[in-house]
Amino acid sequence: MRTIIVGCGRVGAHLAGRLVREGDEVTVMDLRTEAFDRLDDDFPGQAVRGDGTDEDALRRAGAEGADRFFALTEGDNRNILAAQLASERFSIATVVAKINDPVRAEAYAALGLATICRTAMMTESLAAFLGVAADKAAMKVQTPTGRHDHGGELAASITED
Amino acid sequence: MYVIVVGGGKVGYYLTKELLAAGHELVLLEKDGRRARQIADEVGSIVLNRDGCEGKHLEEAGAKRAAIVAAVTGDDEDNLVVCQMAKHHFDVPRTIARVNNPRNEELFRHLGVDEIISPTRMALAAIEQDIPVHELLHLAQLEGGELELIEAQIGEDSPAIGRRPMDIDLPEGCTLFVLIRDDSAQQIRPDTVFQVGDKVLAISRTECETDLHRQLIGDTRAGTYAG
Repeated sequence: MRTIIVGCGRVGAHLAGRLVREGDEVTVMDLRTEAFDRLDDDFPGQAVRGDGTDEDALRRAGAEGADRFFALTEGDNRNILAAQLASERFSIATVVAKINDPVRAEAYAALGLATICRTAMMTESLAAFLGVAADKAAMKVQTPTGRHDHGGELAASITED
Repeated sequence: MYVIVVGGGKVGYYLTKELLAAGHELVLLEKDGRRARQIADEVGSIVLNRDGCEGKHLEEAGAKRAAIVAAVTGDDEDNLVVCQMAKHHFDVPRTIARVNNPRNEELFRHLGVDEIISPTRMALAAIEQDIPVHELLHLAQLEGGELELIEAQIGEDSPAIGRRPMDIDLPEGCTLFVLIRDDSAQQIRPDTVFQVGDKVLAISRTECETDLHRQLIGDTRAGTYAG
């Protein structure tokens, strides 16, 4: 499995470490090289400095032909753009975007993006802890609830440079 | 017509002023408080200090009845999200996004943005228009600068296509002498017929250049390009 992780924050770095132990070939991208300090010292994957919302930068990081893509930066919108580039431009099969705004998370799930929403997860976890009725489904990655028809494949129309 | 403008930078600010002057009903969303107040001082209460990327705020701004949402912040990702939320969540009929990275244009259209404004693309087009494609190329100065050795490429707009040297009304003091075609040089003879792609070497008096340009390259652009 080849995995690209955009955003080397706590979650990104942690997930990267976990996946390499599972035998994944992992590339982590971040705009700041300091972010890579969060990776384990013996991290065997690749760390690429670059903008995960930039098509050319993603291509340099090896997005072409990757199997899994996680957009985990601090910015919801950056994650949304990166994830849509991954699925539409590079046709990556498994793409997940971290979207902390619950409204946006739901809206993009309806548009066909798998999303993970920290706000909803934590709220529901705490509600469950307190014995308040909790929405268990919201604690997980939200699989797409819909699929927006963009009218044709984009990836096929792109000429390689 | 009700318009929602997202982003109160320079573009959003002037856009708002122009739309107001044209009598449109509108709201400007600007997430930076100071900037929002600054614009509000001038244009009044139509400025909301809100992040237009948040679905909740778009709804409060009346996205459901907006005819147009124009996302003109400096960040492509924000503009994309505003437009997608407007289009797919609030059924706004027309969405406009400012796009800085030209590579994003096609993707944004594909994802439902109706109209793309690309400052980068516009500047690029303007620059490319100014760089002559086929121009006279100065190869050398002769006789202390009075004469010049010039190369002219026969482009598709050239009036010389299909003509022989004698059909071309060359300025006095100007000679065409060598033709480069298919990577080989040949002397220009009375029966030579010029074709697209030919390169013609000429010796010309400096002041005849404009005339030479018109005859070999065409009228579209005067002047020379010192390559």
